[in-house]
Amino acid sequence: MTEKQPSILFRLDPRSGIAPYRQLVDQVRQAVEMGRLRGGDQLPSVRDVVTQVTINPNTVHRAYRELEHLGLAEGRLGLGTFITQNPDVHTTEVGNAELSRQLQLWVQRASAAGLVDGDMLELLRRILNHDERVLS
Amino acid sequence: MITPVIETNALAKRFGRTWGLRDCTLSIPAGKVAALVGPNGAGKSTLLRMAAGLSRPTSGQIKILGGVPSAGDASLLKRVGYLDQERPLYKGFRVDEMFRFGAGTNPTWDMTTAHAYVDQLGISLRDRVDKLSGGQQAQVALTMCLAKQPELLILDEPAAELDPVAREDLLRLLMREVAERGTNVVLSTHALGDVGSICDYLVIMSHSTIVLADDLDFVVESHRFLSATSSNAPALPEGVTVIDTRTSSRDVTHLARMTLPLVDETWRITEPTLDEIIMAYLRLGTGSTLSQSHYDAPTTRGGVS
Repeated sequence: MTEKQPSILFRLDPRSGIAPYRQLVDQVRQAVEMGRLRGGDQLPSVRDVVTQVTINPNTVHRAYRELEHLGLAEGRLGLGTFITQNPDVHTTEVGNAELSRQLQLWVQRASAAGLVDGDMLELLRRILNHDERVLS
Repeated sequence: MITPVIETNALAKRFGRTWGLRDCTLSIPAGKVAALVGPNGAGKSTLLRMAAGLSRPTSGQIKILGGVPSAGDASLLKRVGYLDQERPLYKGFRVDEMFRFGAGTNPTWDMTTAHAYVDQLGISLRDRVDKLSGGQQAQVALTMCLAKQPELLILDEPAAELDPVAREDLLRLLMREVAERGTNVVLSTHALGDVGSICDYLVIMSHSTIVLADDLDFVVESHRFLSATSSNAPALPEGVTVIDTRTSSRDVTHLARMTLPLVDETWRITEPTLDEIIMAYLRLGTGSTLSQSHYDAPTTRGGVS
């Protein structure tokens, strides 16, 4: 039994409607974007993840494969899965700040137009779902 | 091709005048954690008991790990761990006595694993089984199954009636076993929330037969909501099967299964959640569709549960 603390603590929301493997991928990507995970950090082993959160090991394997495919992580034979040295995250901190500013402006305009918080979230959810009702 | 862990062909079981299971053809691939979901009386326990060699088919065939399960074939059944809903334990026994009994009856018994598991769960080997909480009894019963080091675990509602912490502990124990030993698991459950997180193969049962069986990812990918204004709803696209329909005063929404990626400009298409898909199948033929304005008498089903 190793006493080493895991580099990331995963969470799983079974009611979110988002596939569990996607939730793991998103959490790693966010941790890299926020600098909580850095190049060379080792991701917890599949065995450790299934003792952290109640999840099928195949789903963890799949999430790690997806992270490798995205260039965020790399598997090292016999050692485990590690964050790549220069992970290719799309949004830098500068980019995040710019996106936040734009979103704040949008929220102000939406409020002025009479939308409440729930309306805005619903609109965003539909756009993320490619719901054509809001895309036309 | 790798041998399926459970394979049935036109499997049927009759109890007196009612069918506990009929026309059941199924092939659960190796390397999966498969969930059986369905209402009480749908035939889940009947199927699992036949897979465990505890009950014989009335007609049709069943194979597990490539062999026919029967009480006489000890070499096949020792590769299988079966946990009944009732979680049978000898109530007057201490945990270490249960384990010695397990070791005496199972040649592949791993005592180190058994001890490590109960130790991690905070259960003492000296504890008497009937003094343990319901959750701990379930954990000891599952540990008894795991210490056999089976290739296939058959679990009938393993987490039913457990409090949330105990069920989480039990399911993590199970997932760790899958991670470490690659154990094949087939379990029945009513907890739809567990299906998406711990399972990767889904079998939906209803009215004593199978209504859907496939990889979980494929199930999610092959179902969509199709919505339109009811007054001028277009014709349904080709290759879709409507599972459930909801209507509002203005709109009609179908939950449909598709055989092809759907390219259609006339319907609004959204992705259902896994829960929504399973619920739609469970409503099939029960007369409990919410959009119906009249009340249907409950459908009578076979008397087994």
